[in-house]
Amino acid sequence: MSTVEERKQLIKEVLDTYPEKARKKREKHLGVYEEGKSDCGVKSNKKSLPGVMTARGCAYAGAKGVVWGPIKDMIHISHGPVGCGYYSWSGRRNYYIGTTGVDTFGTMQFTSDFQERDIVFGGDKKLKKIIDELDELFPLNNGMTIESECPIGLIGDDIEAVAREKSKDIGKTVVPVRCEGFRGVSQSLGHHIANDTIRDWVFKPQDGQESDFDSTPYDVAIIGDYNIGGDAWSSRILLEEIGLRVVAQWSGDGTLEEMKLTPNVKLNLIHCYRSMNYISRYMEEKYGIPWLEYNFFGPTKIAESLRAIAAQFDETIQEKAEEVIAKYEPTANEIVAKYRPRLEGKKVMMMVGGLRPRHVVPAFKDLGMEIVATGYEFAHGDDYKRTTNYVKDSTVIYDDVTGYEFEKFAEALEPDLVAAGIKEKYVFQKMGLPFRQMHSWDYSGPYHGYDGFAIFARDMDLALNSPTWDLIKAPWKK
Amino acid sequence: MAQDPNNIKDHVELFHQPEYQELFERKQKCEGMAPPEEVAKYAEWTKTWEYREKNFAREHSVINPAKACQPLGAILAAVGFEETLPFVQGSQGCVAYFRTHFSRHFKEPFNAASSSMTEDAAVFGGLKNMIDGLANSYTLYKPKMIAVCTTCMAEVIGDDLGAFIGNAKNEGAVPKDFPVPFAHTPSFVGSHITGYDNMMKGILSNLTKDQKKETTNGKINFIPGFETYSGNLRELKHLIGAMGVNATVLADNEHNLDSANTGEYKMYHGGTPLAEAADSINAEATFALQTYTTPKTLQYIEKEWGQKTAAFRPWGIKATDEFLMALSEATGNPIPAELELERGRAVDAMTDSQAWVHGKKAAIYGDPDLVMGMLQFMLELGIEPVHVLVTNSTKEFEAEAKALLESSPYGQQATVWGGKDLWHLRSLLFTEPVDFLIGNSYGKYLWRDTKTPLIRIGYPLFDRHHLHRYSTIGYNGAINLLNWIVNSVLDELDRNTIIPSKTDISYDLVR
Repeated sequence: MSTVEERKQLIKEVLDTYPEKARKKREKHLGVYEEGKSDCGVKSNKKSLPGVMTARGCAYAGAKGVVWGPIKDMIHISHGPVGCGYYSWSGRRNYYIGTTGVDTFGTMQFTSDFQERDIVFGGDKKLKKIIDELDELFPLNNGMTIESECPIGLIGDDIEAVAREKSKDIGKTVVPVRCEGFRGVSQSLGHHIANDTIRDWVFKPQDGQESDFDSTPYDVAIIGDYNIGGDAWSSRILLEEIGLRVVAQWSGDGTLEEMKLTPNVKLNLIHCYRSMNYISRYMEEKYGIPWLEYNFFGPTKIAESLRAIAAQFDETIQEKAEEVIAKYEPTANEIVAKYRPRLEGKKVMMMVGGLRPRHVVPAFKDLGMEIVATGYEFAHGDDYKRTTNYVKDSTVIYDDVTGYEFEKFAEALEPDLVAAGIKEKYVFQKMGLPFRQMHSWDYSGPYHGYDGFAIFARDMDLALNSPTWDLIKAPWKK
Repeated sequence: MAQDPNNIKDHVELFHQPEYQELFERKQKCEGMAPPEEVAKYAEWTKTWEYREKNFAREHSVINPAKACQPLGAILAAVGFEETLPFVQGSQGCVAYFRTHFSRHFKEPFNAASSSMTEDAAVFGGLKNMIDGLANSYTLYKPKMIAVCTTCMAEVIGDDLGAFIGNAKNEGAVPKDFPVPFAHTPSFVGSHITGYDNMMKGILSNLTKDQKKETTNGKINFIPGFETYSGNLRELKHLIGAMGVNATVLADNEHNLDSANTGEYKMYHGGTPLAEAADSINAEATFALQTYTTPKTLQYIEKEWGQKTAAFRPWGIKATDEFLMALSEATGNPIPAELELERGRAVDAMTDSQAWVHGKKAAIYGDPDLVMGMLQFMLELGIEPVHVLVTNSTKEFEAEAKALLESSPYGQQATVWGGKDLWHLRSLLFTEPVDFLIGNSYGKYLWRDTKTPLIRIGYPLFDRHHLHRYSTIGYNGAINLLNWIVNSVLDELDRNTIIPSKTDISYDLVR
């Protein structure tokens, strides 16, 4: 049997345990990539099945946790009961510079802490008072967003009316974000909803206004980099080195002003396509700004991306791009020379969110590692299409993998490393499998750019080659 | 400067290199932020009494609260029972958050399923999700029990768990005799400790149905409460074992949340056997180790089971003494020499260290029972609590805390701040500074801002490893608490005396 056939058989066996109704639905989300096909052959962006233990989150997580939360100079109000804001408080490592509680608010939790009476009588009045209180206590805030939690949409509150009224009152941007957790099938709709609110509540109010922004031909924005562990900074440094001016970071370490300036840029550079393609497409249609996806994981893709970006500009930029690549390549080669022999041929299973299930693949390849399975929590069809450019024949592809499936696949595929999230981490470590969190970089990072690749290589090595894994089996049981 | 392959710098050092410092300067130009002088001015203002008054005048906004919502507590209660899968009816994001939260604290897998309700369920109700969800969970994860609670979505649309579970059983989602206890756990009522209470009551009422016998089983039930120290489960079992108590722990999540790495992953570890839990209705009595996490459960046990109940809080010496004496009375067994020795060691340690903590001023926040326990212990050591803050407070807690503080000469300076949050505490620490702060990992922001050293005791503990594996109860727990407190005080003393030729005259070798 070919490897493809073997793995198809594995999927069939894993599916066999499901009740029939669930099996029929799940089988469409599991597949094996076959070389030359233009698609991974899995369905995506469908409802998770009840009771299967999905890793997915909700629209609130996508809107507040991902898109809006990192905008550092705005206050983000988790509107509803206390839990959503509490659980998402400071969890994502969106690094920023600022005096928290004075001019920046990223690692704070603002909540309307709904009580039963708020559910019964509605929370609009309370929300207005909250905005006044917060504006008084934090006068340097540059605006606020209101992220709706589940009850808000169910009790019929009008947060848009509140936002309009209070924006006038306090003279600042106030953005209502209808990201109730029951909307859509995952975080993904939350990204979209948040993108749309940027269009409607940040861009539209300033359309037609004179801008005194001093443009240059080299202005770009970094879109869809949440600066986890400083990723956006170790990307930005390369863009600046090739002669571009980065006007805005969306949204890691970003500000409202940076967002507002973005319609002036010449090119939008998108890292996480999934979470911010919507606003990029809008800027293309409305302001004629082209966008380009890039990948700053691992030296191969970094060089390729720098050249592709430079190609959008004139020869001076192209020359500088070559200089920058030439400057960093020797170190990158040394990193590879140091770590590749320790990692060569190791098999990796991944399961992450937005772009990483594909974008990190080349960084692993640079280190001689092989991806045997990958999948996304909340991808759409276009993500899986893009994935075909990254994976090789017989790679197992799972969409919205369940806890049960992931465990069974790992047992059968016997990877050397699993790269997923915190909910998976300890499951696989208990199996004796080295693991790295691919959302938070396991509290390390940055992993983007040349500086980040060195850290990535170091971390994969320390995970895989830790002497602790050899201690698991008691000697009398060997 | 590119990375040096022999000395790779991660975020801790990388961004302090000149090229990144220059990058940050360039970035500022487009940020539209207030100038540094203005930021400094407002930063100073937030430290003032004037700001404190404005801050405490807040009526509606909550900033950095020290509480979570009900279902978090509910699923912690559930995983204490043998092979039990928590199942949360409502939106799926909540469960992703709960699992993340517990995994970050315990550094363990935490399994729980969601019924993944979406817009259509918001309109038509979540019955179909419940039926399919129970069938899927039962088939895939082969639990012996599924414990159901709710998110606020299911509560707002009015899903009726009892009826839904009945329907699901009729549809064959799970066998008719398969236990599916439930609790409604609206997140807009109470906090995570309320959810613990509701779920515990739900599980016990389900499992003990029709189990009442004529005679007692001679056992005592112990309810740990919303317990996030796996060491406390071990210490509890140690104490009741040493006392020769025939006991049932309701429920024992120690092994699920502190399992061995054997190279083989198992979803379920230990837990209170369901048969034993079912028989808990026939016990002599039920003792809780927390008061505010178990009021409904204890009331139910007294009323429905006709059992006497009592709540203890064996933190520190005196409260552990009381607990053991109560066990001695209940069982007729004497307190063994082993525990007397432990007591003696703990007291010895406290007399050894007392000079370094006597009269130190402390701030503390956390769940009501943890705060009460720590107050008991601090007063025994001669530490003077000043700010006592509990976000998920109750009138009963406040009365109990005030009575305790008033009873001690060391409690006279304390104010109990019920229903306040950590932004309030920031103002308190700036305007009335203390020597140290006791709280969970979120206290690190208060440490950074106010320079008050943080001693991490509470939940969650995200940024330090293994603290939750230790006990805080019993005599052994007292030594752990003392260790954390006195050595934090000494570390701080060293930090404050470490500058050569300036402050290091007091940088003593022997303390």
